[in-house]
Amino acid sequence: MDTDRYSRQTMLAEIGEEGQRRLSEAKVLVVGVGGLGSAAAVYLAGAGVGTIGLCDPDVVSLSNLQRQVLYGEGSLGMPKADMAVRRLADLNSSIKLIPVSEPVTACNAATVVTGYDVVLDCTDNFAVRYALDDACHEAGVPLVHGAIGEFAGEVAIFNGRCGTRYADLYPDREALEGAPRKTSGVLGALPGIIGAMQAAEAIKLIAGFGECLDGRLLTLDLLTMHTSITEI
Amino acid sequence: MKININHQEHEVADGATLADVLAALGLDGPGFAVAIGNKVVRKADRASTVLTDGTEIVVIKAVCGG
Repeated sequence: MDTDRYSRQTMLAEIGEEGQRRLSEAKVLVVGVGGLGSAAAVYLAGAGVGTIGLCDPDVVSLSNLQRQVLYGEGSLGMPKADMAVRRLADLNSSIKLIPVSEPVTACNAATVVTGYDVVLDCTDNFAVRYALDDACHEAGVPLVHGAIGEFAGEVAIFNGRCGTRYADLYPDREALEGAPRKTSGVLGALPGIIGAMQAAEAIKLIAGFGECLDGRLLTLDLLTMHTSITEI
Repeated sequence: MKININHQEHEVADGATLADVLAALGLDGPGFAVAIGNKVVRKADRASTVLTDGTEIVVIKAVCGG
């Protein structure tokens, strides 16, 4: 093991060599490598998560660069999954990175999550969020949820030990999936904060320390800096 | 009586239910999770949840950006 690389986290009693071993053996899927996924993936790769799947069907556009920190001007027009792998391989060459450029749908979600220990929901629409909730529920895989809008964000863990689902929090599936999609503004730092929290929760789940957000929803409003943790 | 929704005070009628207040404020549509005492109140239970003076309510609007 690359001991010097991870020395600042293995010296944490909560992680140590055993936690690092668990991280190196873990397989984590990041669905959506935009604002949330960029931040989350950087910290997962840096922490030495052994296998990271990076799933996004989009290409990098100029308006992404305000918040999607994995990409630069040299990535414009290129597939996000491939560009994410390139950047993360430079950060950590000792982990396995798997690009997935096919879109996740209700039809293929179960197949896409197969083989992973933890899934991060970093997507940008309700339909894929519900599809991942279904797939992770069926597979018994924890889903580390993150979502943002303008100045407000939320983090939770679904389908963990207490079995709470995304659909328990927001039962109006049909209405949300059918709502027209619109492009809204977002403060660039917001997905960085929420995505980093998702990475931290995944690392806690894998290494087995701390109190994670299993069945609980953390909300953050950057306008007021109000936070809340709600039992779902 | 006075209640608190997302850190803002509201004056509501004595005996008002959670469903009454949410409807009056237009917060009863799809995509709103509502919590009292840091615990989500299921949609089916909102009409039977009678508020008391000083109740603190958190309304969370579903967002889906990534």
